[in-house]
Amino acid sequence: MDLLEYQGKRYMGRWGVPVLDGGLASSPGDVLAVCHQVGFPAVVKAQVPVGGRGKAGGIRAVSHDGEALDTARRVLGMDLSGHRVDRVLVEPAVRPEAELYAALTIDRAARSELLILSSSGGMEIEQVATANPDAVLRVPLEPGAGVPAVEAAALGAASGAVLHRPGVVGSLNGVLKALYRCFTEGDAYMVEVNPLALLEDGSFVALDAKVVLDDNATYRHPEWEAMAAELEWDPRDLRAKRNGLNYVGLSGQVGIVANGAGLAMSTLDVVAQAGGTAANFLDIGGGASAAVMSDALQLVDSDPAVRAILVNIFGGITRCDEVALGIVRALSEVDLRSPIVLRLDGTNSAEGRHILAEQAGPSVTVSASMLEAAATAVRLAGATA
Amino acid sequence: MSIFLDETSVVVVQGLTGAQGRFHGLRNRAYGTRVVAGVTPGKGGQDVDGIPVFGSVASAVERTGADTSLVVVPARWATDAIVEAAAAGISLVVCITEGIPVHDAVRCHATLQSRFPATRLIGPNCPGLISPGKANVGITSGDIALAGGPVGIVSRSGTLTYQALSDLTERGVGQTTCVGIGGDPIPGTSFTDCLAAFQQDPDTKVVMLIGEIGGSEEEQAALYIRSHVTKPVVAYVAGLTAPVGRRMGHAGAIVSGGLGTADAKRQALSEAGASVADDPTQAADMVAAIAGAVAA
Repeated sequence: MDLLEYQGKRYMGRWGVPVLDGGLASSPGDVLAVCHQVGFPAVVKAQVPVGGRGKAGGIRAVSHDGEALDTARRVLGMDLSGHRVDRVLVEPAVRPEAELYAALTIDRAARSELLILSSSGGMEIEQVATANPDAVLRVPLEPGAGVPAVEAAALGAASGAVLHRPGVVGSLNGVLKALYRCFTEGDAYMVEVNPLALLEDGSFVALDAKVVLDDNATYRHPEWEAMAAELEWDPRDLRAKRNGLNYVGLSGQVGIVANGAGLAMSTLDVVAQAGGTAANFLDIGGGASAAVMSDALQLVDSDPAVRAILVNIFGGITRCDEVALGIVRALSEVDLRSPIVLRLDGTNSAEGRHILAEQAGPSVTVSASMLEAAATAVRLAGATA
Repeated sequence: MSIFLDETSVVVVQGLTGAQGRFHGLRNRAYGTRVVAGVTPGKGGQDVDGIPVFGSVASAVERTGADTSLVVVPARWATDAIVEAAAAGISLVVCITEGIPVHDAVRCHATLQSRFPATRLIGPNCPGLISPGKANVGITSGDIALAGGPVGIVSRSGTLTYQALSDLTERGVGQTTCVGIGGDPIPGTSFTDCLAAFQQDPDTKVVMLIGEIGGSEEEQAALYIRSHVTKPVVAYVAGLTAPVGRRMGHAGAIVSGGLGTADAKRQALSEAGASVADDPTQAADMVAAIAGAVAA
């Protein structure tokens, strides 16, 4: 789960990462009220789950009542990369002496936790990392040992004089320790502060916060449910999430249901090769029951763009007889619009095929192979378009 | 020969008394695997279809001589189960469980490395491994595999592993060992570990590598192939047309340096000398052609 900025800041704040005192607002009147609370000059920041908000005009500084109201009217309701802004975070404006970049994430290649730190924070950090790799410090971490104390010299010449002032590096290390606790105790896959602002008094404050929570750890964080409820969800995504399905909506005509992320991706690839386009990515996971299969079909069929559904199952822990029962169940529960093309191999596939032959009816075509199934589904999607 | 697993492997199933553990443990035994024990804390003394259940891996090892473990326990206990197996002297741990929190996986990996370097972990979130005709540990259906080699398979994706086995078997091409390393961010055994083992295995003449988008494991495999693998490698990478996920922050890009797309992986593998297929069926055809040429 990806948190919005204000959620990320509250989350980081729980472990002592310094953040500004700000407030959420969803109307121009509220924006003005929060501005009066935090004092002018203030910054109004659109709360949407996309990068590049500043460049797109979703982050603006305001210095008096008229400007605050005017900005609130302009930002609230604006569209940022397909997301309507209905909340803004209002914070006091600060004047950083330096902007750092700090992140903790999982380094898959090294199979360890990784601290990324740079004194050249800001919007161009990726270009910095490419053009001048030495300006970005990467520290693999010993699990459980926390973050080692960083020295100003390690940040290289780019750190300039500011980090060498007394107390500054100590203050930075305090922030990194808090960030590390948020990362590990908070079960985040990634935490990122960019920029991490150094203020005149030698203290630091997180001016932005990106937190990606590890969905696998949801069971030990009952408080995540309330945060999830504050996020906007595509109704299709929400339905998928409720049913434990891994669904991503796309724009094509061939609905996809597969077991396993790899097979689902491969199914998208072969549909493209057959000249079609996928309407979605849907992985029903391992060991799916008939009920899950039925839900998956109804979810995919509810997309009005879908003209045919390609079900690609290779049973391992998933049993093909359960898949077949799920298809039969979906057909009996609702009137599916789309014809189903099915590829069914692996565990109990003979039983599955038998169930379908006896009970499924003419809207289900069983293909002998994945490529044949893709070709048939693309043809049917075209024929009924 | 085979890698990691053969007819001498003696297997304990952690979680044998659960529905999945029972289904797959018994299926592995029916394949001919020496499944001699189960472990479920608090259920020592019971049995599952004649297989004795012990309260701990240590007691199972002591009584049965097990050297291999299949872990089929819920995610919140899985890493403890893996470490328990390693501490009991198990040399090969195969963890099927999906949904393990990533920080647990990192800690587990570090514990194995520092305290139990002799234990190999395969998975988690993987289908396990099968050395056809010898032993099957995991959730792969044994009847889609064919004994006798000459192909070694290593795959990050569960279902594409079955696809590969079945496609090769249909073409009459056998396998030495098929290893599903799993799709989690922190796999116990990497592509590179398997490539090294297949390179050493005299009966493996061709290696089939199945990757997917994300991470940089395929790029690392490509580096290894270039410098260490003389046997032919056929690769397929799923996700050429996969939707690009919404990207949060810059950390991922800084870590991977632009790696991770299917195109980047295909290019790296191709430049390393691997033959790169466009779909699983074509991959099987390419492997079959090479296997045929090797045999001739």
